[in-house]
Amino acid sequence: MKNKKQVFETVIHGIFLILGLITVGSVLLITVYLIISGIPAIREIGLVHFLFGKTWASTAATPSFGILPFILTSVYGTAGAILLGVPIGFLTAVYLAKLAPPKMKKIVSAAVSLLAGIPSVVYGLVGMLVLIPGIRALFHIPDGASLLAAIIVLAIMILPSIINVSITALEAVPKEYEDASLALGATPIETYFRVSVPAAKSGIAAAVVLGVGRAIGEAMAVMMVAGNASNMPSLFQSVRFLTTAVASEMSYSSGLQQQALFSIALVLFLFIMLINAILNFFLKRSKEE
Amino acid sequence: MEKKNGKRKIYMVIMRGLMGILFIMSYVLVKGIPNITWDLLSTTPSYIDGSIGILPDILNTIYIIIAALAIVIPLGAGAAVYLTEYAGNKKIVSVIEYAAETLSGIPSIIYGLVGMLFFCQFLNMQTSLLAGALTLVIMNLPTVMRTTQESLKTVPQSYREGAFGLGAGKWRMIRTVVLPGCIDGIITGCILSVGRILGESAALLFTAGVAHALNGFFEGLNSSGATLTVALYFYAKERGEFGVAFAIAAILMVLTLLVNLLAMLVGESFKRRRNT
Repeated sequence: MKNKKQVFETVIHGIFLILGLITVGSVLLITVYLIISGIPAIREIGLVHFLFGKTWASTAATPSFGILPFILTSVYGTAGAILLGVPIGFLTAVYLAKLAPPKMKKIVSAAVSLLAGIPSVVYGLVGMLVLIPGIRALFHIPDGASLLAAIIVLAIMILPSIINVSITALEAVPKEYEDASLALGATPIETYFRVSVPAAKSGIAAAVVLGVGRAIGEAMAVMMVAGNASNMPSLFQSVRFLTTAVASEMSYSSGLQQQALFSIALVLFLFIMLINAILNFFLKRSKEE
Repeated sequence: MEKKNGKRKIYMVIMRGLMGILFIMSYVLVKGIPNITWDLLSTTPSYIDGSIGILPDILNTIYIIIAALAIVIPLGAGAAVYLTEYAGNKKIVSVIEYAAETLSGIPSIIYGLVGMLFFCQFLNMQTSLLAGALTLVIMNLPTVMRTTQESLKTVPQSYREGAFGLGAGKWRMIRTVVLPGCIDGIITGCILSVGRILGESAALLFTAGVAHALNGFFEGLNSSGATLTVALYFYAKERGEFGVAFAIAAILMVLTLLVNLLAMLVGESFKRRRNT
């Protein structure tokens, strides 16, 4: 009788262990699939040609598969979104964590989480009908679908992640630090920017890195506003990101072209893994502080 | 003086941000709501009449949410139970948690690609709602796991010891003491997942497809179908039907608002219950 019960408990334990390992299995599945399907095209095209080739003409008679324009566009686009989004997000976080009256804090926090919940295609749609004509009229260029439009959309989309993570970091700063600074005669603003912010710098760095990850991985909104031509990046030109390169050709691709798209996804995945590692480094340091 | 200036500057930035959010919301609602008609909501698109209806897309969204939640809840909650109740080995715990973190950082387009390769091609499901739902399951696994884990941590250790003291086996203890305690977390996880599924498009484009056929639940799961977000993308980008796109966008905005509101209310009521 006792033995039967033990077997039963072991079986249940095993079932839960399997459930727990599904996440690990999924990560392995994704990694293995991307590597297996991404390597052949890189082998055939050649790593240097693939990564540093400047022209992408996947459907031409003599196709060429160089993804440097996509890589640079993703890097520039993300950098632009960070330049625009981080100051706004950072100041909002300082305000919400330190200055805002409780009622205001509640309203703004609700607005921020709403911003996080809006589907990316809705951002894309608004961008298509507001930003693109706006940029066309403002800068007198033939088509407003450009890197600039993508940067603005991305900057708005990464705000919630930056704000939320920064707030958590700022709220974890020990009250004694601020009290000490105030007691020494610093004004509240001086205290928040010269004491609280430096004390929370790892957490804020983590927020920025998280923003980088979100921006580089966004596909649909960017696809709707960036124009999707495989140009080398330039602020007012139609460009294609790593994500949109995969998304825009996947539905009709075949053969080497499709394999090359998997290789692009592999490059994107490596970027994300690198960003995740940096993010974990900052989060860990922020916890230790 | 410096203080006042600094404060005012910050206020200005915040106000501008708030205005931005308000602008996006009201713009979408103002342009979308006039386009929402009963015909749009209750018909299928017809090339013969040249009319567009989004009933199939609404149903597809509901199907995919039901299917994804039905699978992700047992998996996510089970993983959380394993982590908090069973796992004795610290190494396994950190590996699983690291995997969950990694999963939540992977962009949806990569989920879409791997979902297409694995579910649609390798497991031969073709482009179908089920393949899309399974892709969403992997995406939302970390969310459900985390919220369940958090609520499991609030179950007092003494309850567990009490159950053991009364002679319960481990499984019986989990079934009667731990699982009822994690309902809060599961509900929160559900709401968050619904929000994420509503907004997801890149992962579904290649796994669930873009068809607009009207199907029943099980038939629907086996056939390709666009959810509301995918339909929005399709109508805006491929067809230039901005009226329909805005109508869908307005519906999505209202749903997002409701989901957010629900999450807030549920979170507050759980907190209150825990404190009493």
